[in-house]
Amino acid sequence: MDSVNVKQLGYKEINSLIRDKESINITDCMGQRFIAAGSKGKTVCIEGVPGNALGAYLNGGTIRVFANAQDAVGDTMNDGKIVIDGCVGDALGYAMRGGEIYVRDDAGYRAGIHMKEYKDKKPVIVIGGCAGSFLGEYQAGGIIIILGIDIGKRDIIGNFPCTGMHGGKVYLRTTSENIKFPKQVSVRKAEKEDMEQIYGYISEYAKLFNKDERELSESEYIVVTPDTKNPYKQLYVIN
Amino acid sequence: MRLEGNVRIPSGCAIAAVISKEGRGISGELIYNAMRPMHDRSNGLGGGFAAYGIYPDYKDFYAFHMFFDSRDVCKNCEAFLKERFEIVQSEIIPTRKISTILNEPLIWRYFLAPLKSVMLSKQLDEREFVAQTVFKINTEMKGAYVFSSGKNMGAFKAVGYPEDVGEFYKLEEYSGYSWTAHGRYPTNTPGWWGGAHPFTLLDYSVVHNGEISSYDANRRYIEMFGYKCSLKTDTEVITYILDYLTRVKGLTLSEAASVIAAPFWSTIDGKADTYDKDKHNYLRKMFPSLLITGPFSIVLGYNGGLMALNDRLKLRSMVVGEKDDMVYIASEEAAIRCMENNAQKIWYPKGGEPVIVELNGGVRI
Repeated sequence: MDSVNVKQLGYKEINSLIRDKESINITDCMGQRFIAAGSKGKTVCIEGVPGNALGAYLNGGTIRVFANAQDAVGDTMNDGKIVIDGCVGDALGYAMRGGEIYVRDDAGYRAGIHMKEYKDKKPVIVIGGCAGSFLGEYQAGGIIIILGIDIGKRDIIGNFPCTGMHGGKVYLRTTSENIKFPKQVSVRKAEKEDMEQIYGYISEYAKLFNKDERELSESEYIVVTPDTKNPYKQLYVIN
Repeated sequence: MRLEGNVRIPSGCAIAAVISKEGRGISGELIYNAMRPMHDRSNGLGGGFAAYGIYPDYKDFYAFHMFFDSRDVCKNCEAFLKERFEIVQSEIIPTRKISTILNEPLIWRYFLAPLKSVMLSKQLDEREFVAQTVFKINTEMKGAYVFSSGKNMGAFKAVGYPEDVGEFYKLEEYSGYSWTAHGRYPTNTPGWWGGAHPFTLLDYSVVHNGEISSYDANRRYIEMFGYKCSLKTDTEVITYILDYLTRVKGLTLSEAASVIAAPFWSTIDGKADTYDKDKHNYLRKMFPSLLITGPFSIVLGYNGGLMALNDRLKLRSMVVGEKDDMVYIASEEAAIRCMENNAQKIWYPKGGEPVIVELNGGVRI
């Protein structure tokens, strides 16, 4: 795999390098935005911190970051895989509509906001640590899994999770009953069939980051789903 | 200098800050270079910096940094200053010619000692006297603007990209224990020299990324107490609110943060700690008009420290990094890595949760 030091390059130059190659290793990345945006079928490895909107509109291929990433990773991503060996900023997977994102540690505010699904397009976000407030805000589809690994006394998620949720599923690896959810969602313990939907993703996370797969898949999870097909009926007007 | 209202430039932001808790000197070059990876967050219509501990030889005097439209305005303003202060030193702020920074006004600085007799006759304490002088110049003296008025600190701002503004003011020649920086992307007010960040009053300086939707409610309230919002940009009101809450009302910075970025009532109701709950209830009820809504991430600089704060919904990004006695704050981690590639502890403050970093051993003016 070709390795390119991109310290002095802007995002246009970096993306043109990516377009010309099947796979590329980027080093000394320093906040350049839009890396691999809209690309398909490429393998991009990144050392250093990539800028906002990493893999926006990604349409296939793999992006792996060996550092933290910033805001809006996988914005409106359609397909492919993004793997972050660290934390991410806010609005992870904003309006994501397909593909998978794996984050080893924590995510900021609004992870999975406006995520959606259609037929076989089902986006997935797996976060190893904890997530900030407004997790899955306006979620309309797809799966968000928060593993809460080694978070100590920190809360697994922040305030106002699943606000405006009307589709998809959120899984939290916790037994806590103190998390406050809006009244339009239902929260229950994950059953066998719920878990079967996510074993593959847990296993992938464990493999990517060298974690104990058995412990993660045998833990108790809670599942959050919207409680009816039209939970916001009459919230503002009759619809 | 083209004034607010005469130009309309339809057109986000970047902030960064650094402090050495041991009070060691940091060159301005470090902070203006940190703005480079965030270049695209600004659009060249404003950049600025605030630096603390830069005038050790004049640390007992108020350092006024001023913009003048013309020599005449400058002369008139000096005559006015002489009625109220002893002018200890007056000089042009050194700049270098940069192709990207144009149409600069006269940029001058004064080190001032307030005249005791005048303060006595006005029955004002020193800081209030200085603050009132600043408002008087900014609102009544056409073509003159005080853009920095604290002791042993200074703001430097211009229309341009922040990294260029740093070079323009030769900030590599200054050494301060803390710096804040701003790159501007004006969304609904013109980019002009006075409208660049930071906005200052006495030793307070604020850099801000965001847009305050409560601006007019905040302005109407704060103007009842003698503050005048003359720069017609939302950020200046934050500076005055923080000055009012801390200097005038005596709140701590953390209490002031709970006023401007107050938690939701539902969050307050859910608090298990009854003291904390009562405190937040009290602050929200006492200062309802000082709640700032809309997106913001700000860094407040003051003599002896920094405070970083996000709006309660955290609609803007903010990252904090630490290494040894250094603390770094920025809109993006890349800017922190640019200042210290090996910053060890990187974290993301929650909305409404102030990060206050002070010099070990307290304020040193």
